[in-house]
Amino acid sequence: MAVFERLTRLKSTSRFLRYTTSLCPAHPCTATARIQQRRVHGGGSETPSAAPPRRPFSQVTPADLDFFTRLLPGRTITDPDVLESSNVDWLKSVKGSSEVLLRPKTTEEVSQILRYCNEWNLAVSPQGGNTGLVGGSVPVFDEIILSTALMNQVLTFDSISGILTCQAGCVLENLSQYLEERDFIMPLDLGAKGSCHIGGNVSTNAGGLRLLRYGSLRGTVLGLEVVLADGRVLDCLSTLRKDNTGYDLKQLFIGSEGTLGVVTAVSILCPRKPKSVNVAFLGCSSFENLLETFQICRGMLGEILSAFEFLDASCMSLLEEHLKLTNPITESPFYIVIETAGSTPAHDEEKLHNFLDTVMASALVIDGTVATEETKIKALWSMRERVTEALRHDGYTYKYDVSLPVEKIYDLVTDMRKRLGYRAKSVVGYGHVGDGNLHLNITSPMKDPALLAAIEPYVYEWTSGCQGSVSAEHGLGLKKRNYIYYSKSPEAVTLMGDIKAMLDPKGILNPYKTLPDSVR
Amino acid sequence: MAARVLVGVKRVIDYAVKIRVKPDNTGVVTDGVKHSMNPFCEIAVEEAVRLKEKKLVKEVVAVSCGPQQVQETIRTALAMGADRGIHVEVSGKDYDTLGPLQVSKILAALAKKEEASLVILGKQAIDDDCNQTGQMTAALLDWPQGTFASEVTIDGDKIKVIREIDGGLETIKINMPAVVTADLRLNTPRYATLPNIMKAKKKKIASVKPGELGVDLTSRLEVLRVEEPAQRQAGVKVETVEDLVGKLKEAGRI
Repeated sequence: MAVFERLTRLKSTSRFLRYTTSLCPAHPCTATARIQQRRVHGGGSETPSAAPPRRPFSQVTPADLDFFTRLLPGRTITDPDVLESSNVDWLKSVKGSSEVLLRPKTTEEVSQILRYCNEWNLAVSPQGGNTGLVGGSVPVFDEIILSTALMNQVLTFDSISGILTCQAGCVLENLSQYLEERDFIMPLDLGAKGSCHIGGNVSTNAGGLRLLRYGSLRGTVLGLEVVLADGRVLDCLSTLRKDNTGYDLKQLFIGSEGTLGVVTAVSILCPRKPKSVNVAFLGCSSFENLLETFQICRGMLGEILSAFEFLDASCMSLLEEHLKLTNPITESPFYIVIETAGSTPAHDEEKLHNFLDTVMASALVIDGTVATEETKIKALWSMRERVTEALRHDGYTYKYDVSLPVEKIYDLVTDMRKRLGYRAKSVVGYGHVGDGNLHLNITSPMKDPALLAAIEPYVYEWTSGCQGSVSAEHGLGLKKRNYIYYSKSPEAVTLMGDIKAMLDPKGILNPYKTLPDSVR
Repeated sequence: MAARVLVGVKRVIDYAVKIRVKPDNTGVVTDGVKHSMNPFCEIAVEEAVRLKEKKLVKEVVAVSCGPQQVQETIRTALAMGADRGIHVEVSGKDYDTLGPLQVSKILAALAKKEEASLVILGKQAIDDDCNQTGQMTAALLDWPQGTFASEVTIDGDKIKVIREIDGGLETIKINMPAVVTADLRLNTPRYATLPNIMKAKKKKIASVKPGELGVDLTSRLEVLRVEEPAQRQAGVKVETVEDLVGKLKEAGRI
């Protein structure tokens, strides 16, 4: 494997490397006795997150444009001004140079597009709401952008089973509103809900704020309709809760980030809208207290707990400084957002108040506030949901989304703060602590390669040392594709490559993403 | 120094909820719909609590009129810092027809009974947008009024009120006892913190019937019909300038 020739960092050229503490002297995760195959990254260049060279796909010709304009009249966009926003990701960190944006309305149109592109070796970048954070939703070069923006119809909704089928371009918030009118809710919720498309959520296996309660999309998605690279339509749009007939193909596409097929329709199981929702915003003096609060919370709130999120004091300062939000409680080193959702208001409130009594009395929590009214609930949730937005105002953001053992989550943040010192403007930690998922974010006034070099690959090695995931929910996209080996074995990655080659032999679907450059 | 402030708080459908009209057009759907304290009443409570914190008043009493559920709203006021609450029991048909006239009679009676020197209310409720209760209460008590207050300063036995009016800001000085109604920019209400929420559970809420206050709740208004506003029609997109001119001509605009 060519990857080892590039590893200048490691002294040994042996295939089998024991993880040693010499790489990360202050690392709290002690080396295990088990021998681990260690690879640093699968990319060839010194900056694994940068784009690789353009692969020899065809370029768009007037004949191609002719075909598209005939297939999608008025929906084949070549205007550079309109293309501008679709070529850049939400973080404004990566920019492609696509010259064609297609907006199909039906699965049949998607099928025809892909059949054509596959035949003529044209690369395609599927795009939903373009809210991804790893550069996976925009072209790298001149890939044709295939947007689901006009595939926004709800197909069916069964109010007895709660099963919703809809096209991939439905905006999550719109689906939530549709369902709420019918006394149901979407099983997932994230800060990007106003823009993200359900097809994109599925293709990235989005996590979000409700995962703690309703589980991941791998459980709630019942069926998918996917168009494969050669235009074949794979109809697995089942609405059955239980169906053990053969291999569960939809699981391949969930989280495949548009590299194995384009999701065109989704059927998803939706929970009933809770009659009683409460949100508590609490302040803790230490991370240990926060974790103990979590334990007690799990015990006392049990089945009504629907979210447990945290943010640190640095996040609060950013919210106050850039978004002019006010801290609802006294300043604390850590803040927790707890949401309960149940069917009986009196029962839930009693449980919640007992829990709050307990944690206040034991001084695990310094201060807090509770909300039952929608406006206040939204206000409290925005303290957690708008951190990403506040970071964007703070400067260039380096985002890390890692899964770690819960008790170690904040150690990474303190470690990075110490390591980076004055070189970084802000180092903040927040996230789905209930799921063991940390969002570590670092900012600097401008993009700083020296700072980046101090962060990466240290942060990945740290994560890998705890057997964590280098991308808990954001996916790999462009930016993290070459770090896959920190969390997956070479055998696994090779098999992924085999599957990709089988489903997309020409590699036209979202090239340069998800799989490392060393896998072709 | 003013001894007692009476603050009126109203339980209304939460600001964020989508309002739906009942199928029989007699009103809006309130069953199972999230309710909360009227935002302007929150501002009123906040102002009263701040006055107490500045030691300009001794006691803040929160009052609400309605069925059992309004006690939640009073508890919220207590959690924000009010000292005790009064629940004026009004339910059923009486509650459906309860309007500014009836409430102002109740508040006037209570102000006298409790010997309040200041009554602070929200300028209007977000469900009926009447903007009448404060003014009527002042009239019934024959007290001065400082409405649409964006700033309130107590100076001895006088109050300086800066009012938000169409032309800008008007500053008036009124004698106490007085009625003040709170406008949006008067203050930003605090979040009720846990220690206060816990304390509020122990604070007293007294119940009283309108009859005991000598108030007649008969309404002289009858709601005939409630309808949704006309649906906003979607715009039409046209492809060319000719189309646009054509459509405008069709609509008789040019």
